[in-house]
Amino acid sequence: MSDDIHVFIEHLRGEVAEITLISLAAARVIAEQTGGEVVGVLLGHDVQGLAAGLAADRILSIDDPAAGDYSPDLYIATLAGLIDSQTPRAVLFGDTSMGAEIAGCLSGRLGLPLVGRCHTVRAADDQIRVVSQICGGKIFVESALPESTVVVSMVPGGHRPDDGRSETAAPIETIPAPAFGEPRVALKRYVEPEIGEIDITKEDVLVAIGRGIQLEENVELAEELAQALGGALCASRPIIDQGWLPSSQMVGKSGKRVEPKVYLALGVSGAPEHVEGMASSATVIAVNTDPAAPIFDVAHYGTEADLLDLLPELIDKVKAAGAG
Amino acid sequence: MNIAVLIKLVPDLVEELEIDATGTALDTTWLRLIINEVDEHALEQALLLKERGGGDVTVVTAEGDGAEDVLYAAAAKGSDRLIRLRGISFEDAPGNHTLARVFAAVLRDLEPDLVLTGVQAHNDLDGSLGPLLAEEMGMPYVGYLSGVQTEDGVCRVMKEYPGGLAAEMEIALPAVLGIQASEEPPRYLAISRIRQAMKTATIVDREAEQPDTTGAPGVISMFTPEVGEAATMLTGADDEVAARIVEILSEQGLL
Ligand SMILES: Cc1cc2nc3c(=O)[nH]c(=O)nc-3n(C[C@H](O)[C@H](O)[C@H](O)COP(=O)(O)OP(=O)(O)OC[C@H]3O[C@@H](n4cnc5c(N)ncnc54)[C@H](O)[C@@H]3O)c2cc1C
Ligand SMILES: Nc1ncnc2c1ncn2[C@@H]1O[C@H](COP(=O)(O)O)[C@@H](O)[C@H]1O
Repeated sequence: MSDDIHVFIEHLRGEVAEITLISLAAARVIAEQTGGEVVGVLLGHDVQGLAAGLAADRILSIDDPAAGDYSPDLYIATLAGLIDSQTPRAVLFGDTSMGAEIAGCLSGRLGLPLVGRCHTVRAADDQIRVVSQICGGKIFVESALPESTVVVSMVPGGHRPDDGRSETAAPIETIPAPAFGEPRVALKRYVEPEIGEIDITKEDVLVAIGRGIQLEENVELAEELAQALGGALCASRPIIDQGWLPSSQMVGKSGKRVEPKVYLALGVSGAPEHVEGMASSATVIAVNTDPAAPIFDVAHYGTEADLLDLLPELIDKVKAAGAG
Repeated sequence: MNIAVLIKLVPDLVEELEIDATGTALDTTWLRLIINEVDEHALEQALLLKERGGGDVTVVTAEGDGAEDVLYAAAAKGSDRLIRLRGISFEDAPGNHTLARVFAAVLRDLEPDLVLTGVQAHNDLDGSLGPLLAEEMGMPYVGYLSGVQTEDGVCRVMKEYPGGLAAEMEIALPAVLGIQASEEPPRYLAISRIRQAMKTATIVDREAEQPDTTGAPGVISMFTPEVGEAATMLTGADDEVAARIVEILSEQGLL
């Protein structure tokens, strides 16, 4: 086994995922302990330009026209071959729509241990410790990085994306793409995001509703508040899945990323998948009856008030103050 | 079309979670288990497929408090077969690498065309079960799905990417799929229908193969984060809290 740490450079339609930067930052911590290099693994077609600005010691690039778009079967088989021949100490993926399934399948196929939901890595007593985030952000679990080639899936929040960027370009080594038969999974087409009436990424004030809103008829109340504030309504995934708001208004991992001046979260627990989409908001005000709700971790102001009692008061007072 | 759906029970996050005396696991004494939300969607998707194209839906779950309720509810919604795995509990699961081997043994006998899992549960530590199970069974896997169609042996799925982008993919059957959301919200069920199913449906118990726990993650410690240290908490009567929020909004120049 080598001491190198591989990082899968996740990219979709010409853009590198932020989790790749976070993974590079984490990989650096591990590499400093093992004495190995941070190696970016870039799979795709005509994408070498994406490696610029990444904090890797070197880049392994596999260029294949068939890998131009993400294809699960082909990506997994190619990476399995690479891991087999390079035997890195660890391979890091984002815990994302693309990364999670590659990580899982590789781990299964190669019989490698997998450490999931990795939030932070750190060196401790000659060991590399991993802290994983579970239970919607309510519990953290510390483990030692297994002493063999290990697959790791990373979640955001622990390491800074900026630490995964670099001014100096890493050298790129191109390795040939392995032969590959007919994939069992094939991309047919992309379906573009639904364009909603409002663009929540452009609003100064967002009123976010979560399952704490309880009934569909209460959505109107939140809408009234958003209107009074001159802002817009957005929501957590369960609200969208219920069909109470259009999917263009979903915030989080699978939805939009927003950075309003004020994010007023009503009855949102603050699961990591939600927080991922709103953690950069300038001011977060959270209303949640559960004092242990993780949303209070990202909030600047919080209250344990019942949102259904608070809303009418808030609407009245905001209207009285007048939006400006 | 033979469809298997795996359903997992997970700790209800609305309840307080406590860590046990070993410091490495959740205290199960007061743990309230509920169905993993995306599994509700996986079941709904299976039932929609059955309604559209015919077939059989088999629900498989591990044992534990609430497992029976989940199975009977699934029967009441239209599932054809209910399997409970004895020897695997939700409170003390052996890790997903082990579970993949255990579930694969049971699923092979069912010869499924499709195995639907939830895309993820909030408490796995070594990756989601779906991809591991797919590898164990030699089947392809795709996850983060919000739509599944089958026609003439061809399966088309809608895979979600961030920001609302999706990709339509075609996957060869048999396959394992990770469901994020069903095409329709999970159907509502009257309690009376579940009671009826308790009388008519049968749960088949299967003994889990003795789990080989290689690859299970070794936990050093578990802890709860200090929540809300950075937040200024607003207390008092609702009108006082509302007044403070209005002040904060004004300070930001928004009112
Ligand atoms: C792969 C994957 C991707 C996901 N992507 C996203 C995503 O993009 N966006 C997203 O949001 N989620 C996403 N999720 C779901 C996420 O894990 C959580 O389940 C979800 O964010 C929880 O939504 P919630 O906070 O509205 O509901 P809950 O977690 O149920 O929280 C409701 C909260 O309301 C509070 N509450 C209840 N009643 C009241 C009241 N009267 N007054 C005040 N507070 C009250 C409760 O204390 C609780 O904290 C994803 C999940 C998976 C597995
Ligand atoms: N013990 C279990 N019993 C039944 N299904 C499970 C179990 N563990 C995982 N699953 C399935 O795998 C999915 C992903 O869960 P997890 O692997 O815990 O992220 C769940 O949504 C279930 O469909």
